[in-house]
Amino acid sequence: MLTKRIIPCLDVIKGRVTKGVKFQNNIDLGDPVEMALRYSDGGADELVVYDITASAERRPIDIGMVAAGAKAMRVPLAVGGGVSCVEDMSRVLLAGAEKVSVNSLAVRRPEVIREGAKAFGAQCIVLGMDPVKADDPRCPSGYEITTRGFRERTGMDAVEWAKRAVELGAGEIVVNSVDADGTRQGFELKLTQLIADAVGVPVVASGGAGNAQHIADAFTIAHADAAIVAGMIHTGDWTIAQIKEHLAAANVPVRKTW
Amino acid sequence: MVTIIDYKAGNLTSVKLAFAALGVETQVTADPAVIRAADRIIFPGVGAAASAMANLREAGLDCVLKEVTAAGRPFLGICLGMQILFDHSEEDGGTDTLGILPGQVRRFPDVPGCKIPQIGWNQVNDREEYYFVHSYYVEMNPFAEGVTEYAGVKFASCVRKDNILAAQFHPEKSGRVGLKFLSDFLAWNP
Repeated sequence: MLTKRIIPCLDVIKGRVTKGVKFQNNIDLGDPVEMALRYSDGGADELVVYDITASAERRPIDIGMVAAGAKAMRVPLAVGGGVSCVEDMSRVLLAGAEKVSVNSLAVRRPEVIREGAKAFGAQCIVLGMDPVKADDPRCPSGYEITTRGFRERTGMDAVEWAKRAVELGAGEIVVNSVDADGTRQGFELKLTQLIADAVGVPVVASGGAGNAQHIADAFTIAHADAAIVAGMIHTGDWTIAQIKEHLAAANVPVRKTW
Repeated sequence: MVTIIDYKAGNLTSVKLAFAALGVETQVTADPAVIRAADRIIFPGVGAAASAMANLREAGLDCVLKEVTAAGRPFLGICLGMQILFDHSEEDGGTDTLGILPGQVRRFPDVPGCKIPQIGWNQVNDREEYYFVHSYYVEMNPFAEGVTEYAGVKFASCVRKDNILAAQFHPEKSGRVGLKFLSDFLAWNP
């Protein structure tokens, strides 16, 4: 049976892994390559690394970091941040990443999804999205897409955007709730389920994981295919093995040997 | 030395890195002469069947592959490199593939709750999990050594015939069990 994936997320600023709440008050957690290796050896099913200040600093993604991470790890790596064109995607993938994630770029220029999927295959192209609860007639699902690290609203409906991205060729969607991000109070289950049920590609729940039951809920209630964890494991409160033990007890299929 | 065939179907970095982790040198080539002289061949591949076949024909590699697989040297196909060893694929409106192994490649049926592509770790023979990323699968056949289930279908996730080994999963991205699979291939003398 296909197992549900647990995906640690490393937010990198100036070469260091950091963690904040809603992209603010970031604290230093360690070296990205060291942490990638530790999680890869500790049962992570994939890893995602975001070079979160690359876009704001108007520089390309740190390729040296991607290459070092890919070399150390033996599980798939997804990378986002600082990708502004198909050429950037190509550099990330050639450095050893399996997938490249686009977010604000795809909102500005949706065609980049199609170009990326055509060049590298849909399975390489992940759409990241940062929806926020919204009371806006343009967003009938009740969720609006934000960009640039939650700073800008777009007037785009989250569910409609997800469907369009899949039509363009996105092979997977990471749904990162602005409202839940960093709170450790649980995923935004309604949002996750709306999108998971609306598209035929895998959906990754993101933002808000604080304990193993939150993750079980993302799978059993919200129909996610994978879940991103950050703060709860970075602080040492939980290990991936503990999370998986809890999930297995809740009858969620997980990879148990690594 | 392991020879990795490059036919512009996907990213070879992970495959190279996995062999590097095993301390084994690799060479990446599309040169028929180099492939004919190789003693252990990896045939990877990610992407679509029709463009992969077009690339192989253009490079003159379709015939070379038939030759080297018939010559008895250890040969490992991975993912799309497994699928196009068979006769025919449903992909791209139906694509005739290499026909080195008998069998058909089909698309997963649409089943509620089963996303396509299958992405993630799934069991082979109800034992260890390996990492899969694919929308098409090789039908069960007499050479299936590994069987995996997804979307209500039991499919051949690993086949072996004479000197040919092929895996639908990505051993290069399947952690320790994947490295074990690759090191077993390196030690294999069919």
